[in-house]
Amino acid sequence: MSWRPKIIAFFCRWCAGAAAEVAGVSRLRYDPSVVPIIVPCTGRISPSMIVEAFLNGADGVLIGGCHTPNDCHYVAGNFKAFKRVYLLKKLLQEVGVEPERLRLEWISATEAPKLVKVVNSFVDEIRKLGPLGGKHA
Amino acid sequence: MCHCGVNIAGTVDVKKVVEEVKKLPDVVYAADYVYLCSQPGQELIINAVKEHKLDGVVVAACTPSLHYETFAKAVEKAGLNRYVYEMVSIREFDSWVHADRALATEKAIKIIATAVAKLRGDKPYERARLDVIRKALVVGGGIAGITAALSLAKMGIPVILVEKYATIGGKMAMLHETFPTLDCAQCILTPLMAEVARHPLVKIYTLAEVDSVEGHVGKFKVKIKIRPRGVRVEDCRLCGFCERVCPISVSSEFDRGLSKRKAIYIPFAQAVPSAYVVDFEHCNRCGLCVKVCPTKAVNLEEKERVIEEEVGAIIVATGYELYPLEKIPEYSYGPENDVIDSLQFERILSVQGPTRGEVKRPSDGKPVKRVVFIQCVGSRDVNHLPYCSKICCMYTAKHALLFLENVPDGEAYVFYIDVRAAGKGFEEFVKRAQEHGAVYIKGRVSRIYKDKLTGDVVVEGFDLLENREIVIRADLAVLAPGIVSALDKRLAEMLKVPVDQFMFAAEIHPKLRPVEVASAGIFIAGCVQGPKDIPDSIAQASAAAAKAAELLIQGYVEKEPIVAEVDRDKCNGCRACVTVCPYGAIEIVEGKARVNEIVCEGCGACTATCPVGAIQLRNYREEQALEMVRAVMRVR
Repeated sequence: MSWRPKIIAFFCRWCAGAAAEVAGVSRLRYDPSVVPIIVPCTGRISPSMIVEAFLNGADGVLIGGCHTPNDCHYVAGNFKAFKRVYLLKKLLQEVGVEPERLRLEWISATEAPKLVKVVNSFVDEIRKLGPLGGKHA
Repeated sequence: MCHCGVNIAGTVDVKKVVEEVKKLPDVVYAADYVYLCSQPGQELIINAVKEHKLDGVVVAACTPSLHYETFAKAVEKAGLNRYVYEMVSIREFDSWVHADRALATEKAIKIIATAVAKLRGDKPYERARLDVIRKALVVGGGIAGITAALSLAKMGIPVILVEKYATIGGKMAMLHETFPTLDCAQCILTPLMAEVARHPLVKIYTLAEVDSVEGHVGKFKVKIKIRPRGVRVEDCRLCGFCERVCPISVSSEFDRGLSKRKAIYIPFAQAVPSAYVVDFEHCNRCGLCVKVCPTKAVNLEEKERVIEEEVGAIIVATGYELYPLEKIPEYSYGPENDVIDSLQFERILSVQGPTRGEVKRPSDGKPVKRVVFIQCVGSRDVNHLPYCSKICCMYTAKHALLFLENVPDGEAYVFYIDVRAAGKGFEEFVKRAQEHGAVYIKGRVSRIYKDKLTGDVVVEGFDLLENREIVIRADLAVLAPGIVSALDKRLAEMLKVPVDQFMFAAEIHPKLRPVEVASAGIFIAGCVQGPKDIPDSIAQASAAAAKAAELLIQGYVEKEPIVAEVDRDKCNGCRACVTVCPYGAIEIVEGKARVNEIVCEGCGACTATCPVGAIQLRNYREEQALEMVRAVMRVR
């Protein structure tokens, strides 16, 4: 049986989460390896949440937030997420986790096709990287 | 868990999900139903809560945006607090986007596992009720602001009306007659101006601007800066002695530069407040007006003052300006060139205007026989304004018609891209102008210039329908400039009104909530939202007043309790949360963070930032978030 990656997606409820709803209503198809967790704002995503996902065996973490500069429902949570992800990618590299396993994308509520594209391309990328730490789960 | 007919159950193995969910920690009851949102479905939840003495509920169904409230009500009916209930989507997020039954089933279990994990940390909360100050502020005294203020006052709500200029009335006061009925603008506007000024519940501040805004919905503290008028309104008898002796003459704003006024003047005869005003920018302080005033109403020493008001709601009705025509140099705009804008033409048509209603050239006073109207000047032009300014097709038809009635042997030409006459009686009105002899030419104008030898205004354009260049030598060219927002950036920021790239206010929902913006307690009316004609502005102003009244008459607002809270034992006062909060809702009191629950919007940025885990977003605490992550990974 082919290996399926385990991926957690943190979607902002105002943009990427709403886009995921539109994707559903439009019956778009995407890879089921991604499990969505809705957050009030990407600014709420703490570094620990991302690290916890990797510690518990996630092969990738996807974050979908509102476009910079002005789309954030809470003024600038997207910028906070951007800074944290930027730093965390460097830290992940330091501890031997490929930084590509963490991805941040801006997906507005109207961009369901983009959401589908992002999810599928992220799953493809994680498939190429293989399981976290190299071992097959 | 809901089947949603076959919408969910067709792809997800519902029975298997229920069995797996029963194994999750703290789950004592799990069941499925074909349509959970129906009456029997809701009863199922209510009975389960009672029978099994449940202290939390997870609903896995369509999506919270559709039925969160439905199940929240059911949960409350069962005697539980709505904040110990979670709803997750397994339709939009799962069954509708996947085809593989095994994988979709597994994903549904994982999604439900996150909700169960979150629910285990959820606590009950009550919504706070905040008192609302029963008073409104209306910014802008044009037709939209006047309408909104009067409407609120008639509902018994006190209103503060703030107007930047010396009189209320706005742009409408400059108009001659209005389409499509040709009512005289003054005849329908000035009675409203008088009525709003007379109303005991309306306080009007002219020459006034909002200086600062603090607070939140229900209780805004507003500082209003009032420039000196130099004339005591209650003592001015409008005798005009002051005006006659004033030695300073400057161009009149109200006539848009087509006439002169003195440094002490009245904008127009029916101005409200009905009093003269000193133009302190041009006044040379000679004091002649002070000497001649029979009631000693003139005071050149008056100073600017700032007053403070508290209101519960704010209506923004700042209106529009015309697109600056200096930006289109190829049209040689300027009265000296006999190329004028549409508001100047309104003044020329007006019997109170600079020519007493006779259509004469501004440059030399020669009677106008041939006039060219140019629509879409700046509008629908990628180099200027990409949008349609909506009203120009109609007022140009009106201008052409009024001109031809005024000058029976005259000729009127109209350059247009498309005639947009969508409105009751609008198409018929354009037809009427055409039947009166207005010649419509489909095409754009490339250049306008003044022929210095003959004095003619030369309009060069292209006739698309005849596919040829066209040159018209006319006495006057009237441009229809695009409508731009008069809302300034500082005011938008003070009121937290979201704006688009053209400074038009962005409504919260363009269809369902057209007069509300994202900041609670702020409403919009008129051209601040986008180009609009008078009927639309009045309709929107009435709607804004109704929406503001909903809030003010109810007397309180309910605040979502899902805000941040601080564990004072853990907090070390590092201020990281203070810096990160977008609303300034956190302050350090006695060395520890304190959250203003009214101002906090519940984004959780502080929770993600706090280095010691002292500040937690209610029901989205860090430990809950981590549990949600672990829950996904635990499902095998």
